[in-house]
Amino acid sequence: MSSLDKETVRRIAHLSRINVSEEGLSELAGDLTRILDFVEELQEVDVEGCEPLTSVADLTLPLRKDEVTDGNIQQKVLSNAPMTDAGCFVVPKVVE
Amino acid sequence: MTDLTKLTLAEARDGLAKGDYTSVELTEAHLKSMDAHRNLNAYITETPEKAIEMAKASDAKRAKGEAGKMEGLPIAVKDLFCTEGVQTTAASHILEGFKPEYESTVTSKLFDNGAVMLGKANLDEFAMGSSNTSSYYGNVINPWKDKTGKDLVPGGSSGGSAAAVAANMALAATGTDTGGSIRQPASYCGIVGMKPTYGRCSRWGIVAFASSLDQAGPMTKTVRDAAIMLGSMAGHDAKDSTSAPMAVPDFEAALSGDIRGMKIGIPKEYRVDGMPEEISKLWDEGVAMLRDAGAEVVDVTLPHTKYALGTYYIVAPAEASSNLARYDGLRYGQRVMDEGDSLDDMYMKSRAAGFGKEVQRRIMIGTYVLSAGYYDAYYNKALKVRRRIYEDFATAFGTVDAILAPTAPSAAFAIGENEGDPVKMYLNDVFTVPASLAGLPGLSLPTGLSSEGLPLGLQLIGKPFDEETVLRVGGVLESAANFTAKPAGQEG
Repeated sequence: MSSLDKETVRRIAHLSRINVSEEGLSELAGDLTRILDFVEELQEVDVEGCEPLTSVADLTLPLRKDEVTDGNIQQKVLSNAPMTDAGCFVVPKVVE
Repeated sequence: MTDLTKLTLAEARDGLAKGDYTSVELTEAHLKSMDAHRNLNAYITETPEKAIEMAKASDAKRAKGEAGKMEGLPIAVKDLFCTEGVQTTAASHILEGFKPEYESTVTSKLFDNGAVMLGKANLDEFAMGSSNTSSYYGNVINPWKDKTGKDLVPGGSSGGSAAAVAANMALAATGTDTGGSIRQPASYCGIVGMKPTYGRCSRWGIVAFASSLDQAGPMTKTVRDAAIMLGSMAGHDAKDSTSAPMAVPDFEAALSGDIRGMKIGIPKEYRVDGMPEEISKLWDEGVAMLRDAGAEVVDVTLPHTKYALGTYYIVAPAEASSNLARYDGLRYGQRVMDEGDSLDDMYMKSRAAGFGKEVQRRIMIGTYVLSAGYYDAYYNKALKVRRRIYEDFATAFGTVDAILAPTAPSAAFAIGENEGDPVKMYLNDVFTVPASLAGLPGLSLPTGLSSEGLPLGLQLIGKPFDEETVLRVGGVLESAANFTAKPAGQEG
């Protein structure tokens, strides 16, 4: 069903926010096609009336009080950031 | 004095309690072993100073009569668990240098119970792999050798943990299992590995791969050791809403050695085409051992087994693509940016440089199966098949107490083998993935050797939250198999 072409891989790479070189795109097209071929066999399973299983945890998710439980840890939050300034994360300019 | 690194966790615990040696002595012996086996590359980060400091504190605690369940026992921690102030990489370049400001729940519990950390064990990048050849920090080498003597993979993703235990560089290790990442390396390295029920251990502070599948568990030398360590790792945690609000049983007490009258299921679908003769034989021998111990062995059917791998390789990458979106070069981890780059440029360069090949492939497959137009055909379909697999097990467990199957389709293979074709590598997980998809507890233990002299494991799968039965049957199988082989240099 799915042989991925280079253009599709380019689109997926962009959606994934991963830079891929031109030759990388061809290699990935082959790899990803092989994986998709492999999972193709699922199409033959009869899932009529079957609900998707999103979690095996047969639990009711508990509610907790909506309250602040920590804070005042700015240094900790920033300690691993590649670039900070004046207590903030630094990002490239996003507004012209 | 006996070689302290050759003790089991239980023996070391009892020896410490009797005062035969101190935690500092035990820890020093293991640090020495780590020095001697550095060629195996089992650790990404060794923490000898922290280990000695923790061991001293533990000896002091014991002197005050406050010994915990893991008091003074030196272990390796898979480098997927966040450890406060200690580099946590997930074996990825993108997290190189990352020092968490917090401690994962599982390691907190272990340390509160007195465990001593020797270092952070190597793994496949982001736990994605079956050979530990995708780590940015290099391959792990299996301490076992075949007759040719070439370097073999330890399995994966918890390959460093498995190698460390097998080579006596740790009394035990933590692992995580998403599709077999505890059980398969345990089988390849001749040790015991247990993936508990999904929800038994908190996932908080474990670097996420596929959140509906990831589960922490112990990797040890014996089934008893697994029971001891699991008891220390498990339990409800308010910080992980999928962790089960259930009391933790005394797992060690489950090892009664009595399985008379128990029903053990043998799933016929696991007898796949082309299964090597020695794996078939291993399985048959396991069946005979359990029968001799008084269990009733019955055939069961898990009709959707052949679709488990396909389901897994949609569900796990889909969740990974979403989980790994957090690596954006902004808040932590590596950033690659050139003058004038936009935010998008920075994301794309940082992620291209930070993620290895297999991780990139899985993120892209996941992105594709979740993308508009393909979501129903792939992702939703896979979730429905996942329910079929779950139902298969539920039906089987209507008549049996546990299921016995091989852990992996082969013994450890050579480094470099199965590379080049991602699908071929995925086939190593054919017997472990179904229990992962169904969230069930699974235990692998070594029961025999291949013709090449390499360890082979059998796997027991249990009902949800019935680790006790799995451990009980595992204990009986372990005694019957009497697997005493060790890698060269670790005998005795």
